Amino acid sequence: MFADYSTSELMSIFAMQGFAGLILFSVFVLMALGLAIIFGQMGVINMAHGEFMILGAYVTYLTSNVFSEYMPSMFGSYFFIAMILAFIAAGALGMFVEWALIRHLYKRPLDTLLATWGLSLILQQIYRSVFGAREVGVTLPDWLMGSFQLSEIVEVPINGIFVMTLAIGISLAVAALMYKSRWGIQVRSVVQNRPMAGAVGINTSKVDRLTFGLGCGIAGVAGSAFTMIGSTGPTSGQLYIVDTFLVVVFGGAASLLGTIASAFTISQAQSTMEFFLSGSMAKVLTLLFVVVILMLRPQGLFSLKVRR
Amino acid sequence: MSYAGFKTLFPKSDLIGFAVLAFILVVVLPLGVDIFRLNLIGKYLTYAFVAVGLVLCWGSGGILSLGQGVFFGVGGYAMAMFLKLEASSPENTAIQSTPGIPDFMDWNQITELPWFWQPFHSLTFTVLAIIIVPSIFAYIIGVAMFKRRVGGVYFAIITQAVAAIMTILVIGQQGYTGGVNGITDLRTLHGWDIRTDEAKYVFYFLCVFLLFVCLAVAQFVRKSKLGRLLVAMREMEDRVRFSGYDVSNFKIFVFCLGSAFAAIGGAMFTLQVGFMSPTLVGIVPSIEMVIFCAVGGRLSILGAVYGALVVNWAKTTLSESFPELWLFAMGALFIAVVMAFPNGLAGLYSKYCEPFIKKKYNSIRANRKGDVVAKGATHEQQ
Amino acid sequence: MSSSNTDFVLAVEGLTVSFDGFKAVNDLSFYVDKNEIRVIVGPNGAGKTTVLDLICGRTKSTEGSIKFRNRELTKMKEHQIVRAGVGRKFQTPSIYGDLSVFENLEISFPRGRSVFGALVFKRDAEVLNRVDEVADMIFLKDLLHTRADLLSHGQKQWLEIGMLLIQDPELLMLDEPVAGMSVAERRKTAELLRRITKDRSVIVIEHDMQFVAEIADKVTVLHQGKILAEGTAEDVKKDEKVIEVYLGH
Repeated sequence: MFADYSTSELMSIFAMQGFAGLILFSVFVLMALGLAIIFGQMGVINMAHGEFMILGAYVTYLTSNVFSEYMPSMFGSYFFIAMILAFIAAGALGMFVEWALIRHLYKRPLDTLLATWGLSLILQQIYRSVFGAREVGVTLPDWLMGSFQLSEIVEVPINGIFVMTLAIGISLAVAALMYKSRWGIQVRSVVQNRPMAGAVGINTSKVDRLTFGLGCGIAGVAGSAFTMIGSTGPTSGQLYIVDTFLVVVFGGAASLLGTIASAFTISQAQSTMEFFLSGSMAKVLTLLFVVVILMLRPQGLFSLKVRR
Repeated sequence: MSYAGFKTLFPKSDLIGFAVLAFILVVVLPLGVDIFRLNLIGKYLTYAFVAVGLVLCWGSGGILSLGQGVFFGVGGYAMAMFLKLEASSPENTAIQSTPGIPDFMDWNQITELPWFWQPFHSLTFTVLAIIIVPSIFAYIIGVAMFKRRVGGVYFAIITQAVAAIMTILVIGQQGYTGGVNGITDLRTLHGWDIRTDEAKYVFYFLCVFLLFVCLAVAQFVRKSKLGRLLVAMREMEDRVRFSGYDVSNFKIFVFCLGSAFAAIGGAMFTLQVGFMSPTLVGIVPSIEMVIFCAVGGRLSILGAVYGALVVNWAKTTLSESFPELWLFAMGALFIAVVMAFPNGLAGLYSKYCEPFIKKKYNSIRANRKGDVVAKGATHEQQ
Repeated sequence: MSSSNTDFVLAVEGLTVSFDGFKAVNDLSFYVDKNEIRVIVGPNGAGKTTVLDLICGRTKSTEGSIKFRNRELTKMKEHQIVRAGVGRKFQTPSIYGDLSVFENLEISFPRGRSVFGALVFKRDAEVLNRVDEVADMIFLKDLLHTRADLLSHGQKQWLEIGMLLIQDPELLMLDEPVAGMSVAERRKTAELLRRITKDRSVIVIEHDMQFVAEIADKVTVLHQGKILAEGTAEDVKKDEKVIEVYLGH
């Protein structure tokens, strides 16, 4: 498939598709980060994670509407407000779901998977009833439009750079939270030994709820980023859930660095192949590639040999 | 089989359960509903094949596959390919630019039948392929995963990804697969029209018969030592391993068996409904198949049949009249069955109905015995 | 690594395993004779359980060799090691709670271990007799049809020992068999151990020194993945290094 292009053209194509994949990468990272926190730290599979993302996307959509309606002068800055609101909305819903559903199922991971799938169906139908079945899109503020022209065919979209900076910033913040803060120590101690953590005075159920809320909140932010690459519909989230899980599992569930590296690999592979093949074949090959790698190395890319 | 062997395979309570189900499916439903409804029920029953397989994999063995739709699809597509080839005879397709190949290939500028379609001219090959291809496929996945001790949630996610790959591939390669519309317009089987009422009756009874074959196989597996090993593995896998068993082989076996069941269901689906499409095999239908099993009771093979019937019936009824409500109901069903009734209908039955029936049965028996004793007494007096 | 054949039932030589740089077992060598009862003692984290894990294949070694009747175990899979004649009891009783005592023992009976074998396995007289015999030995004869979940902690430990006995292994490895048992249960277990350790080699991990002195032919003291001392229970008790790191205070 490379035969028709010269080497320099190929380099440019790779570079361009690479930059184009940045937004996909950012969405993957944010989605996967939330999921990795929930799955890696709590062992819970949240099949409704995509719907939490879409909640963030809808919140962004609503915020942009409110700004363009009532505060058109401040439209340029709506995106920051939208992100914060998306985080709060998705996080709050996440905490409610943890309280109502997840906490009863901690010892049954496969059942959690089914219950959260049920939740995702309900959320989809709610979105459909509230926002309609049609997909909605948001208008980007001017300063996010356009791109830097690097060379004749290589363009770097500004929103891509912006979202990627955002994703990396959030990843760093999460890493700091997990490994440096007191709360992070509590989360990790609950993961390692729940009864013991409880015995030394950590409120384990509160830690669980906040962890779950945090993961869902980050998914909400991913939803904000998502509005830049696609339009938002009730079932848009479902399309991302499999990819995101593969990102998490591929990266080795407990490793934040691994999550980021695998999000990068997968999004870039897909984006690059999309240029040469049809979109669906690119997707098939990416998924196949990940599945085969996982069969060869089930523990994921980054994991330690531990004493059992 | 000896009488004693039969007794261990079908203890009394199970035997009654099988008989009741057979009575409902063979006598009550065919007499009670018209052929349109019976055909629908036949369609629901094709999902029961999948659900029975899932009872073995998930309920007994603790292996949750979210990709059973793939195997259902392989079976269904194999059958559909055979029927499509028969429907695409050169006479039937004379108006095409290339007569003698399926219409969707012609639309996609394909001028020659692809090599993997060729063997599906033979019904024997098709029938064998329906069982063997999914089994081989499941075997490959099973070896790759279970030999490396991948299980639980990871296995579920990977099988889901396989379901995603299958759907995207089928939709993307429409020249070879019929794309998103699937393979439609199927007409005859060896010249016999499959769209008549007569054919629908025949297929319904064939479906019921095959379902009972699968149920019997499942019952045999569960009652064998292998069945107990599956339970043991679910609970304490290391102990089984350190009792000298190669645990992965048992998982592979049961996964292959479950996928073969699913494929038979898929083939019966194509025969009864008359088409096969990617919307029936992807992520969403695959996980719905799990809910049929969960609603019926993940530990009960008979429960799985009722689960498939009840959920699908509810789906048809609700989504006809209140389409918005259906997703809410389905979502609620997932949550409820996990939170409140983890053992599904079968669990409710054994908790509430069985004690009641036993009590009744015992009191009737006691009465009868009383009668017999009383009669005996009068007899002696004479 | 030397790979000469020996008369020992078990010959462990130069065994090392490291977890991410941490050497849980470090260049360990020891030999177990036919019909010997070897007790491994040592402070927590000394690598006792890891040694058993290595022998039975649950953990793969980084270096070294383990030979069981001159067959190299380090390259074998768990079930192959079991079939070769090594039985292992875990620290916490691992039994199948949903199955009855009878079924627990039956599953452990060494026949029908392939998929096909398990499908056609029949409960014949041989199985029934053997299960009866073992159940009698482990004091559970009257509880054969009880769900294993309902047994007491001590009874569960016995059941797991019974599940090993039914396989008649040549080398039996027991990880803290009397932990968490009442005094009466301990006494019964000691008696059970004495009975079952005839005609086979046994490796026991145990903390209770009195119990150790009672059963051991030879004691190996582990400390930080290495052998600190080896000898009879009496010798070991007198060893100053052992007193310092393990027995002391």
